[in-house]
Amino acid sequence: MSLIELNSISKKYLTGEVETEALKQVTVSIEKGKLVTFVGPSGSGKTTLLNIIGCMDKPSSGEVRVTGTRVDTLGKKEAAHFRGEHLGFIFQSFNLIPVLSVYENIEYPLLMISRTPAAERRERVMAVLEAVGMADQKDKRPDQISGGQKQRVAVARALVTNPEVVLADEPTANLDHDTAHKIIDLMKKMRDTYGTTFVFSTHDPRIVEHADVVHGIEDGRLMNGNPLVQGGNDHA
Amino acid sequence: MLNIFKIALRNLARYKRRTALTSLLIVIGVCMVVMFSGLAGSFKSMMIGIITDSSIGHLQIHRKGYFSSIDTMPLNLNMKGQGYKKIAETLDATPGVEAYAPRLKLGAVLSNYMESTNVRLSAIDPKREMAVCTSLAGRMKQGAPSPGEDLLRKGQVVVPEKVAKSLGMKPGDSVVLVATNKDGSVNGMEFQIAGIIEDIMGPGGKDAYMHIEDARSLLRTEPGEVTEIAIRVSDFNKLKPVTASLTATLGEVKNNKGQPAFELHTWDKLSPFSNIANMIDLMLVTVKIVMVAIVLISVLNVMLMSVFERVREIGTIAAMGTSPGTIMSLFVAEGMLLGVLGTTLGLILGVGGLLAFKAAGVAFSFGRMDNLIVRPDINPGEMLFLSGIVLVASALAALQPAWKASRMEPVDALGHV
Repeated sequence: MSLIELNSISKKYLTGEVETEALKQVTVSIEKGKLVTFVGPSGSGKTTLLNIIGCMDKPSSGEVRVTGTRVDTLGKKEAAHFRGEHLGFIFQSFNLIPVLSVYENIEYPLLMISRTPAAERRERVMAVLEAVGMADQKDKRPDQISGGQKQRVAVARALVTNPEVVLADEPTANLDHDTAHKIIDLMKKMRDTYGTTFVFSTHDPRIVEHADVVHGIEDGRLMNGNPLVQGGNDHA
Repeated sequence: MLNIFKIALRNLARYKRRTALTSLLIVIGVCMVVMFSGLAGSFKSMMIGIITDSSIGHLQIHRKGYFSSIDTMPLNLNMKGQGYKKIAETLDATPGVEAYAPRLKLGAVLSNYMESTNVRLSAIDPKREMAVCTSLAGRMKQGAPSPGEDLLRKGQVVVPEKVAKSLGMKPGDSVVLVATNKDGSVNGMEFQIAGIIEDIMGPGGKDAYMHIEDARSLLRTEPGEVTEIAIRVSDFNKLKPVTASLTATLGEVKNNKGQPAFELHTWDKLSPFSNIANMIDLMLVTVKIVMVAIVLISVLNVMLMSVFERVREIGTIAAMGTSPGTIMSLFVAEGMLLGVLGTTLGLILGVGGLLAFKAAGVAFSFGRMDNLIVRPDINPGEMLFLSGIVLVASALAALQPAWKASRMEPVDALGHV
């Protein structure tokens, strides 16, 4: 059974009196431990797809299962709980909390969401900090580190709760080429270390080659309904 | 919960200027209430003290029906000696009654053989009167009694300052009092002026004192007859229960018509100052309402701004799995912390201001009384109550913005520009 299953997902938005169909009958399965990317131009429906997988948006029709749970029927509170327990997020603009230090940003999900005991919290935060190479920057505030470092912190924050899936919407869009590669390498390393499934969207063809599975998406449809690229790594 | 407050505190620290401005408004509001409450409260307590301790007493008992005609001092509504005796026995047996004093009240013409004027006389038992009105001797402008000495003796009168001045009287002078008794016959007696007393009560400052036995002779009353009994309670804060107890006990004593024979009135029913005291209380409530409004508006404003500016951050923490309840708590905690900060500084400044007033010994005049020294009250209970009000108001004001934040859809919030 796949870790993520989307079955005939459609998403329609009503803007004024105009109806826009962001996703059209998307059916896709994502296996555990893969680095999967959805590639397409702006407005193709990548973010909507990630939002639906991440229980932050509901499809207009179709069925979504993540880690075996039907998530498209969850209420707001249940969806929040599910996200906290099973999912991690990486954002294009990093979205670190400016008043918290690097350490505290990573600690936040353990502290406020999973309510992990202090000793275990410290151990897990330090482990991911070491893993992303930011241990020496742990006391700095987000405005004191570079964009690449911020995204490293965001990766660490997404991983600290040991989620089965990390969803990343254009994680490299605000980074230069080298840094973008480093972040993708980091995600691969984390996948190898923690067995986490990474699903990310991008329209940058330069980083697509790093993914295990690449899905093309255009005008809300998956291209041919099949992965464009099937990578060689199999961590399932 | 501690973590929520920790993050809330950091968010406040992040917007230093806004936090400082909002807190400043709360500080001003709280400080204003503390100062006003302390000064007005002390003025009120002082005036009540002066009025009760120097003339009225804490409560009075009259024969039923006297109170409605109190300004005309009707002699036919005096209590008989037997009635007074019964009341005295009740008062002796009532816990909380510190002292009581019988009085005869009468109107008379005071003459220095050349000029005359009318006066309102309180005929007193000096020892008992000074036990009830402990500040009475302190009001004496001339001829003040030495410690342990009575205010006046039989054959003496104490005249009010204004009358003494207008008739050119001084202690030791002989005067004549002419009064009409309840049968309508007129009687006059000669007295010596024991002292001059400052004016605080009564129309035109014409309240004089004489010995109760002399008044009985002047009016040719029956033995033991009194107009009123002034009472002092041992704890002013327990005036209500003592009054209730006495009302219940004396209510059982009926007159010929089967109605209660006596009536009790506390100081506030007997002095026009109670209206001023009520006005002070009303003003205090108004000031508190203004302060709550300041807190509500300023916290609401700052929290709405905070939510508006942090939409993406709210989206981020919601996406990570923070429950709507936790997001709401986070913003309510910020509002409450603003309240705590403002209240703490406001209390410090307010109490500091009151202490400065106390140390400076600021004097003021009220009516005919000069050189009244401000001794502000610092009431910990009131401060605690005030802090509670501000905290509740802060939390309430933060509720709407917090609710708004908690209802945000993560997708919309993350897409906010």
